[in-house]
Amino acid sequence: MSTTHDHGRDHDHAPISDGDSPVSKHEVLETALRELLIEKGVITAEQVHAQIDTMESRNPGLGAKIVARAWSDPGFRARLIAEPRATIESAFGIDMWKVAELVVLENTDDLHHVVVCTLCSCYPRMVLGPPPAWYKSTAYRARVVRDPRGVLEEFGVDLPAATKLRVVDSTADMRFLVIPVRPDGTDGMDEAALAGLVTRDSMIGTGSAKQPV
Amino acid sequence: MTTATANLPPRFTPGTIVRVSGRGSIGHCRTPHYLRGQIGEVVSVEGCFRDPERIAYNRPGLPPQYLYRVRFPQTDLWPAYGGDATDMLEANVYENWLESADTGTQE
Repeated sequence: MSTTHDHGRDHDHAPISDGDSPVSKHEVLETALRELLIEKGVITAEQVHAQIDTMESRNPGLGAKIVARAWSDPGFRARLIAEPRATIESAFGIDMWKVAELVVLENTDDLHHVVVCTLCSCYPRMVLGPPPAWYKSTAYRARVVRDPRGVLEEFGVDLPAATKLRVVDSTADMRFLVIPVRPDGTDGMDEAALAGLVTRDSMIGTGSAKQPV
Repeated sequence: MTTATANLPPRFTPGTIVRVSGRGSIGHCRTPHYLRGQIGEVVSVEGCFRDPERIAYNRPGLPPQYLYRVRFPQTDLWPAYGGDATDMLEANVYENWLESADTGTQE
């Protein structure tokens, strides 16, 4: 990849793009708008890069640590559910950003939550990083609301008929993080070992935590 | 974030039965079409936020809107629903999209 790109404008910065797949109409619109904002001095390319770096600095490892502590410490779990932002910021010393609020949902043997954004791709990026490609797909977004048990089965989650199911559609300013059920046989494990059992999908509700080996 | 302070208390409290407005919309709107006209139960008042339908067009987004989490039976939303009768869907809906369903009044 070259460090400059030529689009007929007089400036010099690394290209900002998702990759080399065919460009959609919306990508063209985004590129045109971004280049104009940069050209007019409203934002800088460095700011765009810095924001991408910030967003991609988060990954499901952070969510896993939060879940592991919630499993280990009932007081933390109660505070996490009551005050997610303040609890995570003080416990983990991170900035939870100010683009959206976080809601923490607890899965149990009797109640299963699964999260979707039918309108676009709202996702708890502040604790999980960027969403997986399937989360943004129209297939997942359309199907998980109409046939959640069928979709969960495809993900390998075989929900007992007696387990209550709640599909949570992130339609607005709230982002939803699921605390999966703590697997059996993990009583003696410390937080670091427990975090290793927490998968990204288990925090979306499309998976379960891994069984200890 | 678009948190805002409201002058009035929330119109609906948890447990209230509400109907999502069936009106149409143009442009940016956070109320999915599959919920329009549907009846659900308020689960929680999530907060108060500037109105995204106005923010999207560079307006201040005022008056701010309370945001609710509303629970709908899946069997109401999808006529051919094949899951359990207790399966629910929860979504965030702004106050200006909700009507009281206890009296059936349209606003």
